[in-house]
Amino acid sequence: MSGETSAIGLRDPAARPRLALTALIVVLLWPGFNLTEFDPSVLFDARSRETMGKFVATFFPLATSAGFLQLVIKSTLETLAIATAGMALAMLVAWPLALVITRSLSVSRIGPGPGYALGRIMRLPARFALTFFRSIPEIVWALLFVRAVGLGPAAGVLAIGVTYGGMLGKVYSEILESNDTRPTTVLLEAGGGRLAAFFYGMWPVALPELVSYTVYRWECAVRASVIMGFVGAGGLGQQMELSMRMLAGGEVATILFVFLLLVFLADGVSAYLRKVTA
Amino acid sequence: MSLKLDRISLAYPNGYPAVNAVSCEIGRGERVAIIGPSGAGKTTLLRLLATALRPSAGSLGVLGADPWRLDRVTLRQLRSRIGMVHQAPPIPPRQRVVTAVLAGRLGQWPAWKGLLSLVYPVDIGGAEQMLSRMEIADKLFERCDRLSGGQLQRVGVARVLYQQPELILTDEPVSAVDPALSDRIVGELNREAIARSVTLVASLHAVDLALHWFPRIIGLRAGEILFDLPPVRVSDAMLKELYASESAQVPTQDNRPLEIVPTGIRRKPMYS
Amino acid sequence: MHWVVVIALVAVTWASFAYLSLDLGHLLTMEAQVQMWKYVVSFFPPDLSADYLEQIGQGTLETIAISAVSTALAAVLGLLLALPAAGRFGPVLRVIARFVLNFLRSIPELVWAALMVMAAGLGPFAGTLALAWHTSGVIGRLFAETLENTPLEPAQSLRLAGGRPALAFLYGTLPNVVPQLIAYSLYRWEINIRMAAILGIVGAGGLGQMLYFSLSLFQQPQAMTVIIAMLVLVAVVDSASAWLRQRLAN
Repeated sequence: MSGETSAIGLRDPAARPRLALTALIVVLLWPGFNLTEFDPSVLFDARSRETMGKFVATFFPLATSAGFLQLVIKSTLETLAIATAGMALAMLVAWPLALVITRSLSVSRIGPGPGYALGRIMRLPARFALTFFRSIPEIVWALLFVRAVGLGPAAGVLAIGVTYGGMLGKVYSEILESNDTRPTTVLLEAGGGRLAAFFYGMWPVALPELVSYTVYRWECAVRASVIMGFVGAGGLGQQMELSMRMLAGGEVATILFVFLLLVFLADGVSAYLRKVTA
Repeated sequence: MSLKLDRISLAYPNGYPAVNAVSCEIGRGERVAIIGPSGAGKTTLLRLLATALRPSAGSLGVLGADPWRLDRVTLRQLRSRIGMVHQAPPIPPRQRVVTAVLAGRLGQWPAWKGLLSLVYPVDIGGAEQMLSRMEIADKLFERCDRLSGGQLQRVGVARVLYQQPELILTDEPVSAVDPALSDRIVGELNREAIARSVTLVASLHAVDLALHWFPRIIGLRAGEILFDLPPVRVSDAMLKELYASESAQVPTQDNRPLEIVPTGIRRKPMYS
Repeated sequence: MHWVVVIALVAVTWASFAYLSLDLGHLLTMEAQVQMWKYVVSFFPPDLSADYLEQIGQGTLETIAISAVSTALAAVLGLLLALPAAGRFGPVLRVIARFVLNFLRSIPELVWAALMVMAAGLGPFAGTLALAWHTSGVIGRLFAETLENTPLEPAQSLRLAGGRPALAFLYGTLPNVVPQLIAYSLYRWEINIRMAAILGIVGAGGLGQMLYFSLSLFQQPQAMTVIIAMLVLVAVVDSASAWLRQRLAN
């Protein structure tokens, strides 16, 4: 066999990099397992197995007593109301800031006219505020607001208002900038004001995209408002937390079921709204 | 007897027969080319021989066994003795050439060897040797998606050569390759078949290639055997009849006219 | 039609405020403003003592470890569930596996965390498990789709050459799927770092747990430090992944 001779000394050139990469991953993940106190046996030790076993065993049947269902319905409505009111608040936060930071709407930009430098400086704190609002996760905001205004839905509404205000403001401004800004510029050059330029130049074109994004965010807000309940911001989450504390598995299962239903519904509604407005 | 087909049939789901009561026998070490218009059932017939399809009627013997009466393990062992070269080499694009070639022996290796080879190629020399027969030994550690179509085609052939099967089936192995390379590939398959007395059954689109390299030609039309003859006895009229359904011409490489001399003995048109 | 929608939206919004009987106006009173301002001021200056910063460092490492280990676990579990979910073991198991994946995915990380805290006790292990469950649902579904869209021929041809099904999968199918598997796992890791930072709020370890403790003990300066650490962590991860993506794109 003639090929034999040429094959001598052939090594896989990829072997060394592969080995190095594997070693690197192991070296990085190994302390991770220690840091996370990774120990599956905890799950099976007698005590926690008993607690968990009892708890899970009570998942079925679902809790369906009239009194509890009434409570769940009330919390569900509360969750939806928190999401909706939170979104309203978020838009109140987002719109003024979005209009401020949108460069295409700047009157002083043209020329540049008087107040150009001031305009640029003014946009900075608005940008910073939006970044700050959305960088802190909603659940942390919720935690802070629960401490500030007490347990209950108000904290949830404020948390969604602030976080989603930050997100909406940034995205609104991006949507406005991404569309054709020439009509706006024409209006501004003709001496139109900022708001006039916005309503006549940008609004008609950008509307579908703005609505679509807002509806999508509302859908996220529904999910978020459930989760925020865990830190005491009202709604289904708070109810679930209570039921968990009481180890009432049936109630937890019912709430989980309702939660999945709610997410599914919100998904449907949001898809419908986006289709209608598109 | 390597292959024994007794009134083998296979119908498409719509009832139209792809292969219709085909009978023939192919002995060990025989080299057979199957030609015929597209849609004649060449691929289906090969897939039946490869035990990829189960005939709906008739009985089939492959390497001395009826594959569809075997248990799982024995069938697997039988299949490891059959090598198939596909029209488009079924190799994952991101796989390296060496791994793709070594995969040919997965059926013969114990499981641990197959697993080990994923970590480090267990037989680099063996793979290199097969690739050098295909003149692409320099591509040994290349990724398959960095190869040209012709190079990839040759990797597919190298895999089957590395498998060292007792029966090689090839389904239009050179359809996407230029004539010089086609000749090289078909030639190497024939050399392998002669050297190890392997049975070789190839479906070919180019009639000149078939007539040049194979001592036995089977003409297949509409799922039935039209003729089964040595190339010297395949006449122009037979070919015309075989390809009657297609456009007037008999398909050859680059559509070169087939030279038929009056005695019926064909001149070698090839580059070899 | 247009106006009907607008009026309906306004009505729903108004109803929401009414239902919650929110008195946001109350927040605008002088007294509430003063209270609020005092609360805000109490967060400053953040606690930057070396001692506490060390704890923060520990918490940050814990957060990263939770995200990394959980993503690694989820990639393995996701792939294991994706195989039956892609119909590799028959239609019955396909339906079952899909149901399991949907279930894992539909329950939010935080709910998983609350459940896992009950099962495994307070601490990072609960957070790791919680993220692993949710992420395997997400990753598993994606893998299943990828597997279903992967050409069958490579593995099939290896089986026709006598290869064992499992090896045929490893040689014929996996190479097609692996790049996407790795890319998506890394992407989920990025998301999970953010998630791991806040999961601790229900007691599942990491920075979130530190935040929850300090707020419960009315130690606002410490809470501020944790929040800053979270922001820094997310900013670093963001720019690192952006840098990496750009490198990979070129």
